[in-house]
Amino acid sequence: MSVATTITTQDSEPVFHVVDEHDHPEGASTMLGFWIYLMSDCLIFAMLFATYGVLGGNYAAGPAPKDLFDLKLVALNTTMLLLSSITYGFAMLTMEKSRIGQTQLWLAITGLFGLAFLGIELTEFAHMIHEGATPQRSAFLSSFFTLVGTHGLHVTFGLVWLVTLMVQTARFGLTTANRRRLMCLSMFWHFLDVVWIGVFTFVYLLGMLR
Amino acid sequence: MTTNSHADAHTLDANAGGHGHDDHGGAAHGSLKSYLIGFGLSVILTAVPFWLVMTGAIADKAVTALIVLVLAAVQIVVHMIYFLHMNTRSENGWTMMAMIFTVIMVVIALTGSLWVMHHLNINMMPVHDMSQMP
Repeated sequence: MSVATTITTQDSEPVFHVVDEHDHPEGASTMLGFWIYLMSDCLIFAMLFATYGVLGGNYAAGPAPKDLFDLKLVALNTTMLLLSSITYGFAMLTMEKSRIGQTQLWLAITGLFGLAFLGIELTEFAHMIHEGATPQRSAFLSSFFTLVGTHGLHVTFGLVWLVTLMVQTARFGLTTANRRRLMCLSMFWHFLDVVWIGVFTFVYLLGMLR
Repeated sequence: MTTNSHADAHTLDANAGGHGHDDHGGAAHGSLKSYLIGFGLSVILTAVPFWLVMTGAIADKAVTALIVLVLAAVQIVVHMIYFLHMNTRSENGWTMMAMIFTVIMVVIALTGSLWVMHHLNINMMPVHDMSQMP
C-alpha cells in the first residue's frame, strides 16, 4: 500500500496553483474594471487642471476671469449637477427595490437636470465667444475651454448613456445586466460631480479671487 | 424599517466580501439616509465657498482662497463616501488601492507642474537690464 502511494505521488507533477478555477459569475469584475477606468479618467482631468493651473494667468492682454465669469450662473449650474446626483441616488435606491416605474422616473429627472446643466454651460460659452473670448484669444481661454469643455463632453456622453439605459430598461426590465450597467453609470455620474467640484473651485471661485 | 433591513444586508455583504468573491461585484450600496446626509453636506460645502467669494466676506483674498480649497477637498471626500460609496472593504480593498495610486499620481503631476512652471516663469521675468551687462 505504502509503495503504491509513493509511486502515484512521484508520477503526478507537483501542483502549485489552484487546479479547478472557481466560478466567476458574469460581470463580477465589471465594477472594479469600471472604477479603474474612472481613475484613468481622473488622470486626464488632473492633466487638464495642471495645464489650466500653469496657463490660467496668461491673458495675453485679453479678458480675465473677472470680466467673463458670472458666479450666479455657475452657482445655478452647480445646483443642477448636485440635484442630478441626488436624483440618480434615488434611482439606484428604487432600483434595489425593483420598482421599475420609479427608477425610470428618477432617471428621467436626472437626465433633465443634466440637460439643464449642459444648456446653462453652452449659454455661458456662447456668451463668452460672442464677446470675443474664444479659445484662440489667450492661453487662459484655451485651457479654460479645454478643461470645462472636456467635462461638458463627459456629461453629454453620460446623458446619451442614460437615455440608452432607459430604453434598455423599458424593453428588457431591470435584469442583472441592466442593474450592473445602471450602477456603472451611477459611478460615472457621481464622478463627474466630483470633477465639477474641482472646476468650480479652481476655475471659477479662485479665478474671481485672482 | 427599510433602512434597518438595508443595514443588515450591508453587514451580510461585508461578511461575504471577506470570503473572496461577492455575488454582485462587491460594490457597496447606499441607503436613503446616507444619500440625504451626503446631499445636505454637499449643499453646505458648496454654498459657503460661493457665498464667501460672491460677498467678499473675508477681506484677505489669500485666506478666502485657502478656505475655499479646504471646503472643496472636504466636499470631494463627502462625495466619495456618500455618493460613490468608497470604503476599504469593497472589492477586497482594490478600489481603495486604485484610488490611492491615482491620488499619488495626481498630486505628483499637479504639484510638479505648478512648482516647475512657477519657477520657470520667475526666471523668465526680465529683471536684469541688459544694457548694464558687460
